[in-house]
Amino acid sequence: MGPETLLLDPADFMARGQHDAPAKGAPVPPVRTIVLDRPPVPVLPPDEREAVRSPESTGPERLRLEDVSIAYGGKPAVKSVSLSIHQGEVLALIGPSGCGKTTLLRTLNRLTELTPSASRGGRIMLDGEDIHDLADTTLRARVAMVFQQPNPFPMSIFDNVAFALREQSRRRPRRRELEPLVIDALRRAGLYEEVRDDLDRPALRLSGGQQQRLCIARAIAPRPEVLLMDEPCSALDPISTNTIETLIGELRRELAVVVVTHNLAQAHRVADKVAFMYLGDLVEYGSTAEVFDAPRATRTRDYVRGAFG
Amino acid sequence: MSVYAPPSEPLQQPMRSGPGRRSSPRSWRWIDRLALALAWLCGVGLCLIAAAIVIYMGYRGIQYLRPGLLVSRPAPGTTQSSTGGFLDPLLGTALLTVIGIALALPLGICSALWIAEYGRPSWLARVVESSIEVVAGTPDIVIALFGLAVFQLNLFAPFSFTASGGGVFGKSFLAAGAMMSLIALPPLFAATRDGLQAVPAHMREAAFALGKTRIATIRRVLLPSVRSNIATGVTLGVSRIVGDTAIVVLLLGETLRLETQGSLPGLAVLRGTGSTLTSYVYDNSPAGEGAAPQKAYAAAFVLMVLVLALNLVVDRIGRSQADSTGLTVAGGAV
Repeated sequence: MGPETLLLDPADFMARGQHDAPAKGAPVPPVRTIVLDRPPVPVLPPDEREAVRSPESTGPERLRLEDVSIAYGGKPAVKSVSLSIHQGEVLALIGPSGCGKTTLLRTLNRLTELTPSASRGGRIMLDGEDIHDLADTTLRARVAMVFQQPNPFPMSIFDNVAFALREQSRRRPRRRELEPLVIDALRRAGLYEEVRDDLDRPALRLSGGQQQRLCIARAIAPRPEVLLMDEPCSALDPISTNTIETLIGELRRELAVVVVTHNLAQAHRVADKVAFMYLGDLVEYGSTAEVFDAPRATRTRDYVRGAFG
Repeated sequence: MSVYAPPSEPLQQPMRSGPGRRSSPRSWRWIDRLALALAWLCGVGLCLIAAAIVIYMGYRGIQYLRPGLLVSRPAPGTTQSSTGGFLDPLLGTALLTVIGIALALPLGICSALWIAEYGRPSWLARVVESSIEVVAGTPDIVIALFGLAVFQLNLFAPFSFTASGGGVFGKSFLAAGAMMSLIALPPLFAATRDGLQAVPAHMREAAFALGKTRIATIRRVLLPSVRSNIATGVTLGVSRIVGDTAIVVLLLGETLRLETQGSLPGLAVLRGTGSTLTSYVYDNSPAGEGAAPQKAYAAAFVLMVLVLALNLVVDRIGRSQADSTGLTVAGGAV
């Protein structure tokens, strides 16, 4: 569109005064219109949907999603997503707000069941078992989760980490038995050196980044198979974010990590595999390099280049 | 065009503090100025009224309060010096408070937990909430009258003072304590419920996500989170019990001394009658028997100090909670 499509020439506008009608005989300036020459997001052609494929994997498969659909009160949020999640790799779920990535993540440990209107179709297999047939407490001990807001419980650092370990067994274990497990979890979360002097300090006294690492320690203490992270760094400063990202890279050796993130640069840094979702569809799934550098779908290309979202 | 911003130097110029220039009230409309003046007047006026009460009662209290009054029992007598002190009413207040809170605490916490964490079906939740509002809005004299009607039933004879002929008086520490628990229930319920509702949803989800059941989440995460809210509610409940008169007058028998009923130790006191500081003040004031206004002042002073101390505790709890967790105590004022 050329400059003639501007509603008014600014100089002309100033000269005429705001409320004056154009002088008789003067050319009426053209009204600017927004031309929708194409939909903002092109629809994926059917053959391109086939491009959604499983790339080479790096470790044993932990989670397999088969045609998973989720709806809230009949309104679909996630449409027929199939994915497999492997140990030894970080899967980043990316996509604009409302694309269903957080819903999908929360379904992996059946936290969506807390929403009464949510319904789910398809199958999710954890090491070959349908998660629908596992008791929710068992499932959630095996598929741990870290939230957007650091949310340590109002108790000591030790008790926070021990919380997950304690009530799994009927008998309340003694502190002496728990201590090595707690210290090990804190060490794996990279927090032990900072808190070793006083494990009985209230967890709420820690800084935001430390609290989030405590939440990670708490989540990985019972040795889960999968770790879900819902925008784990969005409430943190850049330095804490860097610490957590490094930690994610180390954790993937022992478990499968799924990270939901709004931050494309972060997905690029931490993820081995990227799944791009849009309006409930899994548009593209592939290695980070493929999705960012050679996306197959137009929507993916536009999104990773910042055209929308 | 982009501008390169070099790494900033430490700030050299002096930092301003305090607000900048504001518009002067002189430029306001007269009605706004009037409202501002009224707001000031009301605020300062309330301070003056509170100060007047505290200073006058403090002056009278210190004038008439003798340490001996606190430790001697009331006694029948014709002169000021022979009628003793108010040890029994003091103990009566303490005993009644303990009974009332012991009954209200589980009731209030459990109903608040049910409302905040379960609350289904929702029509039942609404009924429960409005029932508690009804209890909160009922005047204490009506609650007392209702309690009298209930505890005079033969069914409840074991709980109260029974005349030799078998007539049930329905007056005892147990009866008064049960009704006092209704007085203490609403603030306790409200403080706990508001505290639970202030706990962010992701805190519960975090516990669920660790494989915890709802019950384990409530016991290990939610109840510790609202501990200070519960403490606030208890303190508010205690100050309402301590300050209540109607229930004492109707249901505690208004015997100045603690009178026992039956022979079982402990239970005999609970089934017996007595008085509290409030009823003692009433009885000794010119409005009651009018026998000993000096002692009424002394007891009223003790009562006021007790309630003020409780309010201070509420305030302190609220502050320490805000300091340690960043959460604010909701429902602090009832």
